[in-house]
Amino acid sequence: MAVSLTHLPRILERHGDALLADWIREQLQAKSRTGAIKEGELREQCAEFLRLLREATAKGGTSDVSRPEFEPLRELLANVSRSRGVQGFSPSETAKFVFSFKRPLFMRLREELGRDAVALADETWAVTELLDELGLLTTETYQKTREAVIARQQEEMLELSTPVVKLWDGILALPMIGTLDSNRTQVVMETLLEKIVETGSEVAIIDITGVPTVDTLVAQHLMKTVAAARLMGAECIISGIRPAIAQTIVHLAIDLGNVITKANLADAFKTALDKRGMAQVPGR
Amino acid sequence: MPVLKEETVAIGSDADVVLVRQLVRRRAQELRFSLVDQTKLVTAASELARNALEHGRGGEMLLQVLQDPPRSGLRLVFADQGPGIANVELAMKDGYTTGGGLGLGLGGAKRLVNEFAVESTPGKGTRITVTKWH
Repeated sequence: MAVSLTHLPRILERHGDALLADWIREQLQAKSRTGAIKEGELREQCAEFLRLLREATAKGGTSDVSRPEFEPLRELLANVSRSRGVQGFSPSETAKFVFSFKRPLFMRLREELGRDAVALADETWAVTELLDELGLLTTETYQKTREAVIARQQEEMLELSTPVVKLWDGILALPMIGTLDSNRTQVVMETLLEKIVETGSEVAIIDITGVPTVDTLVAQHLMKTVAAARLMGAECIISGIRPAIAQTIVHLAIDLGNVITKANLADAFKTALDKRGMAQVPGR
Repeated sequence: MPVLKEETVAIGSDADVVLVRQLVRRRAQELRFSLVDQTKLVTAASELARNALEHGRGGEMLLQVLQDPPRSGLRLVFADQGPGIANVELAMKDGYTTGGGLGLGLGGAKRLVNEFAVESTPGKGTRITVTKWH
């Protein structure tokens, strides 16, 4: 709910420089990670914040930050919290940028309105509401920035984690790392099948050394990939089956009988070379 | 039997199944389970968590660290409020599936642990308790 700000614009006008000095001192004293921001940069951000706050409150005179006159201020805060989000500040450290302004401002309010208790209470309430809104805004932007970072990393991981490498003429290897959920397996399968066509490979080695758990779903994904590759004329070898995984697969009663499996990539590669060798000899 | 520690994990998405696996693996490592036993328990947890997610419309896992000197153990209780299992005996059978999977999850999970119990009420939900001793 918007509350009208009667005295704030005047106080900001009259004590602007003193407020700025107090506010910066307040933030430097908190010394959480303000050290990571240069004092000059902080001063610039604070001065800009004060200037825009003065303009916005002088124009509108209310604490409703969704109004158009607050637009430049909202933008400034978004920029500040975005840059801090990227620099690795915590959400509370980011929100403190705004909240640390309360003490210096309230002290000035008391000086100015101390004799009029009602006016002081009203103005304090309005200012609190305004600064809370602005503080929440920084947290929200911060959150969005972090979410964007996470989303980008997920995309990158999806790309990174499925490299198909060519080991030899006609032999591909796919070293799988991490959790095989449905999304990733889909990408893995597509990449592998495309590469098989692209390179005209006959043998593809799927190495699962880096896959921590092989349960029935993972096994099913693997078997589907093998079956799809086989339809395209390529033989798959699954390598990197560790002793613990082997015993687990046996207990699960998963039938990998028609898939060639090897304990490590070297053995799989040797088998693949043999296959290629045998395939080549009659042709020559 | 004294329970040393209890933790609950909600199972509501694929990502939660990963969290379940990671937590079970961490606790199994802390109890110095052998690598094979760790892998078996984690795999069983993965099967049951996915069952709770896919057939039970999500649920939760309760993890208990048990102490019964000289042995120690991990008990996992998977509970969901899904449609329940109409025929438990049939569901335990290898190759039987309603979800398009391999149909090895439930029976496989049983073979991967030391103690295994299913309580299921059609329409009310399913509760599967597994224990692995060390």
